Amino acid sequence: MVLSAKYGKEIADGLIQTIQLNKDYLSEIDGKIGDGDHGINMNKGFTMCRERLEGQSPSVSEAFAIISQTLMEDIGGSMGPLYGVLFEGMSMASEGREAIAAEDFAQMLSAAVEGVMEIGSAQVGDKTLLDTLVPAKDAFADSLAAGHGFDECLSAMKEAASAGWRSTENMVAKIGRASRLGERSRGVLDAGATSCYLLLTALADSILPLLT
Amino acid sequence: MMANRIVNNPDYVVEDMLRGFVKAHPDLVAATENPRVLKYAGETAEGKVGIVTGGGSGHKPAFIGYIGKNMCDAVAVGEIFSSPTAKAFEDAFMAADQGSGVACLYGNYAGDNMNVKMAVRKVRAKGITVKTVVANDDCASAKKDEREKRRGVAGEVLMWKVGGAKAAMGASLDEVIAAAQKAIDNTRSVGIGTAPCTIPAVGHPNFEIKEGTMEVGIGHHGEPGVSVESLVTADEMAQKMLDLILPDLPFAAGDEVVVLLSGLGATPVMEQYIVFSKVADILADHGIRLYRSYVGNYFTSLEMMGVTLTVMKLDDELKECIDYPADSMGLRQF
Repeated sequence: MVLSAKYGKEIADGLIQTIQLNKDYLSEIDGKIGDGDHGINMNKGFTMCRERLEGQSPSVSEAFAIISQTLMEDIGGSMGPLYGVLFEGMSMASEGREAIAAEDFAQMLSAAVEGVMEIGSAQVGDKTLLDTLVPAKDAFADSLAAGHGFDECLSAMKEAASAGWRSTENMVAKIGRASRLGERSRGVLDAGATSCYLLLTALADSILPLLT
Repeated sequence: MMANRIVNNPDYVVEDMLRGFVKAHPDLVAATENPRVLKYAGETAEGKVGIVTGGGSGHKPAFIGYIGKNMCDAVAVGEIFSSPTAKAFEDAFMAADQGSGVACLYGNYAGDNMNVKMAVRKVRAKGITVKTVVANDDCASAKKDEREKRRGVAGEVLMWKVGGAKAAMGASLDEVIAAAQKAIDNTRSVGIGTAPCTIPAVGHPNFEIKEGTMEVGIGHHGEPGVSVESLVTADEMAQKMLDLILPDLPFAAGDEVVVLLSGLGATPVMEQYIVFSKVADILADHGIRLYRSYVGNYFTSLEMMGVTLTVMKLDDELKECIDYPADSMGLRQF
């Protein structure tokens, strides 16, 4: 089972749509222990991605590159660079591929994690998007190692992303603005982990029907 | 919707504000190709080290109000309370560089740290050297043994003043960085918030300060401080802030200091002088000499009510830099 690299537009549209649909939800979650602008900023960035992709038919790698560049150049804050390097990693790991196999996708997820860990200084358990991303990457790799197909690996990734996202509710923030709250940050989901969960889920849901 | 705000479209307050700022101060600031970067409009000495800062919007006069003669050469502008993009910092470095390198003097926030780091890496590939000083003067934001976690607040104004003056005197990049680092290392700040602020596009405050209470140690974006207490008099506020500031450095009898007392946006300047009066008295009681004072809205947080108090201990080099002339919208002295 592979994903043809020609589906860049479809994959990007899925990501853009989920952010636009959940704009208010993301801001609401962020408002509890942050500025309350996560949805606004993410929506601004991903809506710009839509404008840049208009009329183009990019490969999967090119689509991720456009998203990465747009987020880095236009969003700022913490999320611009973090999602910027996340999608940059995914773009670079799929560059030049005509078809993306499960093995390639596992590498793309690894590159995404590496990018985020290199630019930020957070670890798993700090109540950040890594708490969604790292278990998702691991679950995909484990499922692949167990001999499962691309589709099953994606389902495993989705489940782990959801569990990882939910696990942030009970965590105390150790980095970023919410960390200043200490214990007061417990009991609330992390906004970055939430958007990461939405993006990974949208990614899997876009890829699944396109696998051949 | 927020009560009685003066905006057009709440999503474009930063763009609209920048347009007004450039029109009002054409002698000081000029637009660049990047709409989120402003630069000094006047002449700078050839080969001068560039001074760059940047940060989220909503802190007027910070950050763009400190672009000027012997101050900052270029500033990267972010959304309200949100770091500028790496691209904005990169373009600000390019605008400020004259071949002698750039000192990027900014505050300790996760987003700014990441974006500056990426921008420094980008311009290094183009042969531009950028060195950084990260302000962490807010002594209520983390314990003394975790200074690397502390936020940068109004002490940044004094850091820019010192770094800007040093660069104007013809110092090398390393000398500018050393002076700016010394400035912030000898500076401590504490804020008190008495009413919250609202990001226009969000439309409601994202933190609460109840009527009749105050948050001691509050951050520039409403970050919680060390305690929530019943509102006290201006004199008692001065005492509470100095109780946190003085032992932290520590400041001692015989020290000469600069005091910067800034409103957070909605506190009348009159009230700032009421607090300042007691600050001056307490310092005198401690045998600490007030060398120079700045009172006013130097570093605000939209329409938050409250003040920040910043104290910097001086030596001869810092005195010379603080006394140096400066001409910017936010700080002007001759």
